[in-house]
Amino acid sequence: MNRKTLELWVGLFVAAGLMALAMLSFKVGNLAAGDVLDGYEVKAHFENIGGLKVKSPVTLAGVRIGRVKAITVDKQRYKAVVTFELDGRYRNIPSDSTAMILTSGLLGEQYIGIVPGADEDKFLKEGDKVFKTTNAVVLENLIGQVMVKLTEGSGKK
Amino acid sequence: MNARLTLATDVLRNLGAVVLNTLERLGRAALFLVEMLSGVPVVLRRFILIAQQLYAVGVLTLLIILVSGMFVGMVLSLQGYNTLVKFGAEESLGLMVALSLVRELGPVVTALLFAGRAGSALTAEIGLMKATEQLAGMEMMAVNPITRVLVPRFLAGVVALPLLAALFSAVGVLGGHVVGVGMLDVDAGSFWSQMQTNVDFQTDILNGVIKSVVFGIVCSWIAVFEGYDAVPTSEGVARATNRTVVYSSLSVLALDFILTALTLGDI
Repeated sequence: MNRKTLELWVGLFVAAGLMALAMLSFKVGNLAAGDVLDGYEVKAHFENIGGLKVKSPVTLAGVRIGRVKAITVDKQRYKAVVTFELDGRYRNIPSDSTAMILTSGLLGEQYIGIVPGADEDKFLKEGDKVFKTTNAVVLENLIGQVMVKLTEGSGKK
Repeated sequence: MNARLTLATDVLRNLGAVVLNTLERLGRAALFLVEMLSGVPVVLRRFILIAQQLYAVGVLTLLIILVSGMFVGMVLSLQGYNTLVKFGAEESLGLMVALSLVRELGPVVTALLFAGRAGSALTAEIGLMKATEQLAGMEMMAVNPITRVLVPRFLAGVVALPLLAALFSAVGVLGGHVVGVGMLDVDAGSFWSQMQTNVDFQTDILNGVIKSVVFGIVCSWIAVFEGYDAVPTSEGVARATNRTVVYSSLSVLALDFILTALTLGDI
C-alpha cells in the first residue's frame, strides 16, 4: 500500500473516532447545554431543600436558565444555603422574585423554579440573595398532615 | 518414608519454581515497559511508523467494532425495553442504553475484541519476527528493534483503543435508537432528552474514556511483551498468542472492576 492511501485511511479512522467522541460528549452527554455562559451567582436560604443536589437545574417559567452550584448549611440560623448560577443572558430578573424548590413529576428530581417578582427597577446581580423562598415539599410531612386530617374527621363522627 | 519425603520436597520445589518464574516474567515485563517508554520520544519524531501500525491495529479492527457495537446497542435496547415497560419507564430507555454503553460495555467489549483481533495479531507478528531472527538481524545492523518495531505498535494500540471504544459507544447508541424508536415505538424526544439530562460529561463520558485509555495501555503492553518474550519456535509463538488473549481479557475484566470502584467511589 502506498503512503498516501495509508495516510488517508489512518486520517479517516482518527477523524471518525474523534467525531464519535464529540457526538458522545455533545449529543449524549449534552456538554454544551450544561454550561452556564457568563453567569452570575445568587444565594437563597431554605428551611428544607429536600432532594436538591449540586447541578440541579434552575428554571424560569419551566425553561432552564441556570444550575445549582453549591449547597451549604448556615450554622447560626440552621438553614440550607443554596448558591446557584444563572445564565448571563437573563439579567433582568426582579430582585423580589421567589425561589421555590419544585419536583418534576410525582417522584422526579427536584429543581429550583424562579417566580418573577414585581420590582421593575432592581434586578438580581452577582452575590445577591433571594429573600422569598418556598421550601421543598417533603412527602412524609404531607402524608402526616393528611393522616391528621383524616383522624380528625373520624373523631367528629 | 524417604520416598515420600522426596515427593513432598519435589512438590514444594515445583511450587517455588512456578512462583519464581511468574515473578521473573512480571519483572521482565515491567523493565520492558520502562524501556519502551524511554523510546517513545524517538518514535514520535518518525510519525509514519505509528501511522502504519494505526492502520493495522485501528483501521482493520474498525469493521468488527462497528458491527458488534451496533448489535450490542440493539440488544440492550430490546432487553431494556422489556424490563422498563413493566415499570412504565420506557422513556428512560435512551438513558439506560447510553449509560451502559458509555460507562461499561463500550470500553470493556472494545478491549476484549481488540485483544482478540489486534492483540493476537501483534503477538504473532512480533513472535514470528523473533523466531525468524529478524529482530536479531536488526540489532546486527545497529537498529534498535524496540524503537523500530515494538514502540510504534504499542503506541498505535494505546491511541487506537479509546477511538475504537468511542466509535463502539456512538454506534451502539444509534443502534439502540433504531430498535427503541424505530421498532418499539419509544418517543424519540424522550429517548434523547432523558439521555441528555442524565448522562454527565465528567462522571460518565470522561470516566469511560479514562477506562479505555488504561485498557489500551494494558492490552498493547501485554501483546507486545508476549511477542517479544515468546519462545522462538512455532509452538512458542502459538502459546504466546494464546497467552496474549487470555491475559489481556482477564486483566481488562479485573481492571474494569477496580476502575469502576475507584471512579464511582462507593467502596
